[in-house]
Amino acid sequence: MAIEVRIPTILRSYTSGERAVEGKGDTLGDLFADLDTRHDGLRGRLVSDDGALNRFVNVYLNDEDVRFLGGIETPVAEGDVVTILPAVAGGAADKSRAAEKKSAGG
Amino acid sequence: MLRIRQDLVDAIVAHARRDHPDEACGVILGPAGSDRPERFKEMLNAARSPTFFEFDSQDLFRLYKEVDERDEEIVVIYHSHTATEAYPSRTDIQFGSLSPDSHWVLVSTRDPEEIELRSFRIRDGDVEEEPVEVVAGDAPESLKTQ
Repeated sequence: MAIEVRIPTILRSYTSGERAVEGKGDTLGDLFADLDTRHDGLRGRLVSDDGALNRFVNVYLNDEDVRFLGGIETPVAEGDVVTILPAVAGGAADKSRAAEKKSAGG
Repeated sequence: MLRIRQDLVDAIVAHARRDHPDEACGVILGPAGSDRPERFKEMLNAARSPTFFEFDSQDLFRLYKEVDERDEEIVVIYHSHTATEAYPSRTDIQFGSLSPDSHWVLVSTRDPEEIELRSFRIRDGDVEEEPVEVVAGDAPESLKTQ
């Protein structure tokens, strides 16, 4: 049962340069865990410590943003295409403070 | 270095002025591998904020699809800062590191008379400013106005 996952340039270091890889799973979370067994570290770039989708990437199931489907719990099935794109965002405000404090730890 | 046509600079500045005090954002596309900005495309700032911008996720999906189909690349990603200088913020650096192959062009509209435009490469959390060379539009020489 294969699901195609399209990988953006910035993450192709985890897939030996491949633009697309295949994986399996019943949910997006399972799929990412499966991919991580062959592409070590990839999951860590997609999912944050609390298990939710990382806000620096947009993930699409076929052509829909999974944030509007079920996030990391979104069901996936054979024949689906999952596309990962880097979010394009920024701006003058420093919105990163909370995240940085968290990663700095205690 | 970023080499960019005057009409494209003008388009960025006009967009930034129009959306002020909210941040404006967009891209300039070019043939894949060319590093040549040619096709100007305004993007909607889904955040509609004076201090933050974000491409709408569906727009982003369509943009990448279009870029692939036309064998293009995102040469320039531009946005405005409306109350501060045209220099990448920490948020810009975090997101910018995800698009290291694009020139990050920032414009500041804090002074309505004098728009500041600068270009940067953002890689692995490091910011490197680069010179901007503005060249004349690509109209045939005979048609250019002085």
